[in-house]
Amino acid sequence: MEVVEIQKVQEVINSFANKDVYIHLETTNGAYASHFNQSFFSAGAYIRNALVRYELGKITGNGPYRVGLKINLGWIYAEGITHYEIDEQGRLLLAGHDYDGKLAVALEISATPFE
Amino acid sequence: MNKERHVLVVFPHPDDEAFGVSGTIATHVKNGTPVTYACLTLGEMGRNMGNPPFTNRENLPKIRREELKEAARVLGIQDLRMLGYRDKTVEFEDEEKLANRILEIINEVNPSLIITFYPGYAVHPDHDATGAAVIRAVGKMAPDARPTLHCVAFSNNCVEELGEADIINNIGNVVETKLAAIRAHRSQTELMFKDMSEKIKNQDPQVMARVYNERFWTYKW
Repeated sequence: MEVVEIQKVQEVINSFANKDVYIHLETTNGAYASHFNQSFFSAGAYIRNALVRYELGKITGNGPYRVGLKINLGWIYAEGITHYEIDEQGRLLLAGHDYDGKLAVALEISATPFE
Repeated sequence: MNKERHVLVVFPHPDDEAFGVSGTIATHVKNGTPVTYACLTLGEMGRNMGNPPFTNRENLPKIRREELKEAARVLGIQDLRMLGYRDKTVEFEDEEKLANRILEIINEVNPSLIITFYPGYAVHPDHDATGAAVIRAVGKMAPDARPTLHCVAFSNNCVEELGEADIINNIGNVVETKLAAIRAHRSQTELMFKDMSEKIKNQDPQVMARVYNERFWTYKW
C-alpha cells in the first residue's frame, strides 16, 4: 500500500461511478481493546460485498482523508484513510492505519465480488 | 504430560496455537502422538499490517495461510485443517452446524485429548464461540466415550471464577520449537517477538513463566 495521493484516488473513484460495484467497509478497535483497557468502549462495523451504484464519490480532507460515496437513496463513507492501492484486479483498496500501523478502517471498491 | 492416542487442537485463528499451546503440541509430536490442528479461519481481520503496511486487507489471508502452514511444519503437525470460516464471524454461525462439523472431525481422528478455548473465558468472541462449539460437539458423545478437554483461558476473571489451572505443562525441552512457531506467524507476532526474545535473554521472570508454562483447565461436565 502507498500513502494516499488524493488525485490518483479520486480518478479511480470516478472510474467506478454509475456502475455496479462491490463494497467492503470495516472499522475496528481490535478484539482485545477492552481486555487490555477495561474503560475502553469497543465498537466496530463490517460489511463485505455490498452491491451498490454511486453517482458521486469523493475523497476529501488534509490527511488522514475521508471518502464518501453517494449511492441510490443513501451514503457510504469512511474516515481516517491514509493508504491506497490499486491491486492487480483493478480494485481500489483504501485503508486507514493508526499510529502503530494497525488497520483501523478499510474501504474497498471492486467491479467483481471480493473473495 | 500423559501419552495420548491422538491430540486434536481446535482454534479459530492462525497463531492461536503459538503462544499458549505450541510447546504442548511439540511435546506430543515428539512423543510420537499424531496431532490434528483444525483452524477455523485465516485471521482475515488481523490488524497488524506493519508501518509502512506490508500488505492489504485482501492479501493478508494468503500470507497468514502460509504462516500457518509453516508453524505446523515447525511443530511437526502432519494433519492441518483449514475449515474456511471467516475471522470475527464464528459466533454468528449456526451453532448446531458448527458443532456437527467439529464432531465429524472428532469421529474421524478419534482423539483422546482435545485442546481448545474455554468458552466465556477466552476474551475474543471467535475464541469463545470455537470453545463452545467443541464442547457442544463433545457433549453429543456418550459420556464414557468423550475425550479429555483441555481449555485455554485468559480473561481477566478466569482464575477468580474457574480457580487455578489444573494442568501446567512445563515445555522447557521444546522452547526453541515454540519460539520458532511464534516466529512463523511473522505478520502478527514480529513486534511482540522482538520484545519477548529480549526478555527471555534477560531471564525476565514474568515472560519466562508465561513462555515455559502452558496452562489448561480441564473441562468439567
